[in-house]
Amino acid sequence: MLYFSKLRITLVSLVSLFFIYIASSNFQDPDRSLISKRINLGLDLQGGSYLLLEIDNGPVEIQKLQNTTTVIRNFLKDKKINFNDLRIQNKSIVFTVSKNNAALVETFFLDKESEINPYYNQYKSHQFDLIIDGSEIILSLSKYGLIEIKTSSQDQALEIVRRRVDEVGTNEPNIIKRGNNRILVELPGLDDPMRIKSLLGKTANLTFRFVSKNNNDSFGTETLQFEDGMSEALVSKRIILNGENLLDAQPQMNNQTNETVVSFTLDRVGAKRFGKATSTGIGKQLAIVLDGKIVSAPVIRDTIASGNGQISGGFTFQSATDLALLLRSGALPAPLNIIEERTVGPDLGQDSINAGVIALLIGFLLVIIFMFFKYKIFGLIANITLLVNLFFLVGILTLFGATLTLPGIAGIILTVGMAVDANVLIFERIKEECKKEKNNIIAFDTGYVKSKTAIIDANITTLIAAIILFLMGSGPVKGFSVTLAVGIFTTLFSVYFIARMLTGLYVVRNKEKENLI
Amino acid sequence: MINFNKFYRLFNLISLSLVIMSILLLLFKGLNYGVDFKGGTLIELRANDKSINVTSLRQSFRQMNVGDFNVKKFGNENDFLIKIEKKDTSANAIEIIKKELTSSVGGSFNFRRVENVGPKVSAELLKSGVIAIALSLAAMLFYIWVRFEWQFSLGAILALFHDVIITLGLFSLFSLEINLSIVAAVLTIVGYSMNDTVVIYDRVRENLRKFSDIKIFELTNISINETLSRTIITSVTTLLALVSIYLFGGEILKGFSLAMIMGVVFGTYSSIYIANPVLVKLRVSQKTILKEDSE
Repeated sequence: MLYFSKLRITLVSLVSLFFIYIASSNFQDPDRSLISKRINLGLDLQGGSYLLLEIDNGPVEIQKLQNTTTVIRNFLKDKKINFNDLRIQNKSIVFTVSKNNAALVETFFLDKESEINPYYNQYKSHQFDLIIDGSEIILSLSKYGLIEIKTSSQDQALEIVRRRVDEVGTNEPNIIKRGNNRILVELPGLDDPMRIKSLLGKTANLTFRFVSKNNNDSFGTETLQFEDGMSEALVSKRIILNGENLLDAQPQMNNQTNETVVSFTLDRVGAKRFGKATSTGIGKQLAIVLDGKIVSAPVIRDTIASGNGQISGGFTFQSATDLALLLRSGALPAPLNIIEERTVGPDLGQDSINAGVIALLIGFLLVIIFMFFKYKIFGLIANITLLVNLFFLVGILTLFGATLTLPGIAGIILTVGMAVDANVLIFERIKEECKKEKNNIIAFDTGYVKSKTAIIDANITTLIAAIILFLMGSGPVKGFSVTLAVGIFTTLFSVYFIARMLTGLYVVRNKEKENLI
Repeated sequence: MINFNKFYRLFNLISLSLVIMSILLLLFKGLNYGVDFKGGTLIELRANDKSINVTSLRQSFRQMNVGDFNVKKFGNENDFLIKIEKKDTSANAIEIIKKELTSSVGGSFNFRRVENVGPKVSAELLKSGVIAIALSLAAMLFYIWVRFEWQFSLGAILALFHDVIITLGLFSLFSLEINLSIVAAVLTIVGYSMNDTVVIYDRVRENLRKFSDIKIFELTNISINETLSRTIITSVTTLLALVSIYLFGGEILKGFSLAMIMGVVFGTYSSIYIANPVLVKLRVSQKTILKEDSE
């Protein structure tokens, strides 16, 4: 029956006041309000950059095949198994052995304890799939071998991306994995992502190698271009040092030449190797190679044993700073491609907020005027409910630290339009019941009971749409589904607790009145 | 009482021809996909110099050799939206455009929004959009089947298809842009249209239990009339909110709110003129419902 205990009235009022307080704390000075929680604004509202990076794992797979080829060569030599024609072909390692040895090779490779072809217990699969075609052995990365490579390069790349972004010092960046070969970078407040993009676009693979005079290098040589693209040099494939041996790198002004340089400090192993190379190689040119291009190739004049050195290469202060940053943060395991970029300037974000708030206020006003015109006192009740519902909605989004986007604001406005539906269903039902039933209280009670299934079914269908949108949608659209879904719950709560109580109190006082609604 | 059932046949014919026209439009004219689904670059510019207009911008983009592009005004007098359809998205393409634009047109620009979507991502977004819509239709079909009977489920789903196809057909007809927010709008339309249908169906079921001697043809009419004022009031309040978004919510939400407005209008219409005639055609009677109750 339409009776409400004092306790219930107090509880509902307290809950409402709580959410009104939480919702309004968004508009207060953060230092002065009790609750530090705020609704997060999405990048489309506060401005910022969204970058989706895809890791190009091709080079990593080739590297893995090359390393494994070396391991296999040594292994077979060790076991004194004769083999021929060991090569990489179509992303597989191929070699031939005599027919007798084929079975032997198979047992080595399919051994679960095998070191050359690790077995993943969790996947029940080896790193490489083995095919034996007569005397030909073909090893290709298995499905799980590829997954393993992808996840490990994603982990490494994530770490390096994080370091680089942190070094630039943007506001609360959000860097997360997407799938098994992508990284999402969100940079709030950044309206020109050019610098970050150029920093993330470099793998920053640094090596120190001797410049060769001729092709007689036992490690082989390759011709590399200088960064300026004007000249090239023949460089040994033997790596003296690489970026991993670097402890620190800083941009610096060289006092003698008045040039901007990058000075670096090596770790102990690196310093030792560097000392040895510079002592044996006096008079030779040492090429400093970054991502396959020669930055500079100075002639070694002295032994450098301290582990400190400088890279010069006609840097501006900015490019020296960037190179130092890249060297400090380490090399990416694989190149990254930016496959999606969305940047919103701060003033467009503010314009969107203003437009959204105006649309919300006008929409709200239109709806409450219409409802009051249509239902008078009950319209007033529906309007109070709607207002409290809005506070609930904003309050819950605040409490959960949800992200509000522009479509999310649209979702709130849409909720305003659709939330009155439940009350309309109830009021219309009560109207019908009043025609048959003289007792107002009974009419109200049956009105609530009979409209329930329609209200629940109607709201669940909207909820289903919102959930699918949340699962499938991305970015700002996700924000829309969140407000829509939360809006459904707050609507049901406010209709069944607040509106029901208010109508109940009114009806009990006007038991005898005719044409109540 | 309004005799809605008198016009079942007429409106079914109209709906059928609208759906066929929409399908033909979708097949032969296709949809105007935005950057989200087609890939490419979108730039929203605000020119600080009043003399800059669409023509001068068009000219400078032509000089840049960026391939197919499209320049139009966007809301404000000196706001412009440029879409470039190039397929390869090199990392510094935007920086080059920014530089060239400043040097060729002169004056300063404020790049309010830049979106660059690679072909792989746009294909994925399109795929997940289509899956989302298909999934929501399937979920609705299932839900109504569980809550009502298969006849109701079929009627509701036909009404949904009707709304979604005609809305998309109108987008095709007027070459309105389809982007991520339109997918959100379509899903919400699915939810709303369903919501409207369910309320009437709920009443049909209730009346089926109550009256064993009234034919379904009459019964749907009674149920539509009983729920009519609710149908109208809810449509009006939802439309008030949507029109407010359309008029005041800024340029970015225009397409979204327009799609929703169409959807609400068609959703309201279809829950009366598609969902109910289907029940009549399928000869739903008290038996259909009682079978459910006894199970």
